[in-house]
Amino acid sequence: MNQPQVTTGDKTGKEQAPAVVMQNVSFSFSGTRIFENLNFSIPGGQWTCLLGPSGSGKSTLLRIISGSLAKVTGIVRFEGIGRHQRMTAWMAQKDLLLPWLTVEENVLLGARLRGEINETKRSRARALIDAAGLAGYEEELPAALSGGMRQRAALLRTLMEDRPVILMDEPFSALDALTRLKLQDLAADLVAGATVLLVTHDPLEALRLGNRIHVMTGQPATIGQALIPESLPPRRPDDPAVAGLHAALLDRLMGNGP
Amino acid sequence: MRWVRLGVLVAGLILIWQMTVMISGAPSYILPGPFRVMRALITHPGVLFGHALVTGMEIVAGLVIGTVFGAASALFMIAFKPAKRWLFPVLVISQAIPVFALAPLLVLWLGYGAGSKIAMAVLIIFFPVTAAFYDGLRRTDPEWLELARVMDASPGAILRHVRIPAALPAFASGLRVATAVAPIGAVVGEWVGASKGLGFYMLHANARMQIDLMFAALVVLAILALTLYFSVDRIMTRLVYWQTEDLDP
Repeated sequence: MNQPQVTTGDKTGKEQAPAVVMQNVSFSFSGTRIFENLNFSIPGGQWTCLLGPSGSGKSTLLRIISGSLAKVTGIVRFEGIGRHQRMTAWMAQKDLLLPWLTVEENVLLGARLRGEINETKRSRARALIDAAGLAGYEEELPAALSGGMRQRAALLRTLMEDRPVILMDEPFSALDALTRLKLQDLAADLVAGATVLLVTHDPLEALRLGNRIHVMTGQPATIGQALIPESLPPRRPDDPAVAGLHAALLDRLMGNGP
Repeated sequence: MRWVRLGVLVAGLILIWQMTVMISGAPSYILPGPFRVMRALITHPGVLFGHALVTGMEIVAGLVIGTVFGAASALFMIAFKPAKRWLFPVLVISQAIPVFALAPLLVLWLGYGAGSKIAMAVLIIFFPVTAAFYDGLRRTDPEWLELARVMDASPGAILRHVRIPAALPAFASGLRVATAVAPIGAVVGEWVGASKGLGFYMLHANARMQIDLMFAALVVLAILALTLYFSVDRIMTRLVYWQTEDLDP
């Protein structure tokens, strides 16, 4: 199995993470046109945040990129890296940990499903578990963990996939405020170098984590121009960029502005 | 606590039984009291044990075979979608025919031995196991499936690592129901035609007006069925170890 040499945790590998380019993408679901001739690109190696009201098709966009939807027309291209099969990893709002597997086995789920479990993977998983502050919980079942810890395990499972593009579907939205802040920092740290598309309905989260922030509205959905804060993520909640752009972002979400 | 409760329950039932005998004044060849039945139990241990062994073997064999067939057909219907459309109606029809009506036929075809009784038990068990396991397999959280697909898992790997474990709790409850009804199959088979087993012995004792012995056989059958049920229940609880049960204080 020839894996692409992309290590999501490695900050020097930044230039290798591909950009995602969508051209004339259309998709309808039971008669509703969700996207029509959508053009959208995500630069490689950065966090792009996509904000939008519920039901605007944010999750659908992620599914289109991951290739798990049928009947999509148009082109989705990964640029800047050789073609290989495994491009995207997925992290959802629900942790989706399998309740019968231990934390370590859950982190290794992808390898287990592909029959690729070996000692290298195991030690990598253990290192990640340590880095995420879950040491000592390797052998526990998910039921023994708090919501924040479970979502951390889900993050590690996503990282273990070693994919250059990481799609996140509101992964922090079910957590309490403090846990969310901690997990956002951990994610920003561990994922650095990969191309990330984070879908969220929380403007503050987008402002903390995004190199670029887009707002998606309408039906069929359109994606507005990028809002690019000057400082680099992850930003502290008291970062002037966060406070300053919050109002502008809310404005765009309400449907005013570019 | 559990054992205390069981003890109180049994003692209460025996008390009601004894009271009924005393109040109704029924003769012992109609309704023997608990002590008479106890005496029958103590004086005929070998015979009862021998017949219980036969019936127990039939039930266990029926359970094993029925479970294997049931689980296999559930998997088959999940793995090959068209199979479901053909197999499921057959399953439902098989349930619409009362298994009691089939008993004489099964004895005719499979003889007086254990074969026809095992077949009866299998017929009774098959449906609850198949239906429960199939339902469990079908109801796998679609997000788990999507996650597994994004991870490039083959359908076989998804079945093995996601769908089957996810369906085990449903399978376990199906098997619990099956275990509770399995003795019916074996005993009805024995009533229709047999030379061994508790069902046969009950008819035999009844015909000779040994009602106390018939009740003794009934008690042994109840103990056998309960033991079996609680053993299976225990195994199932271990099998779905991740499901935390509300334990009694």
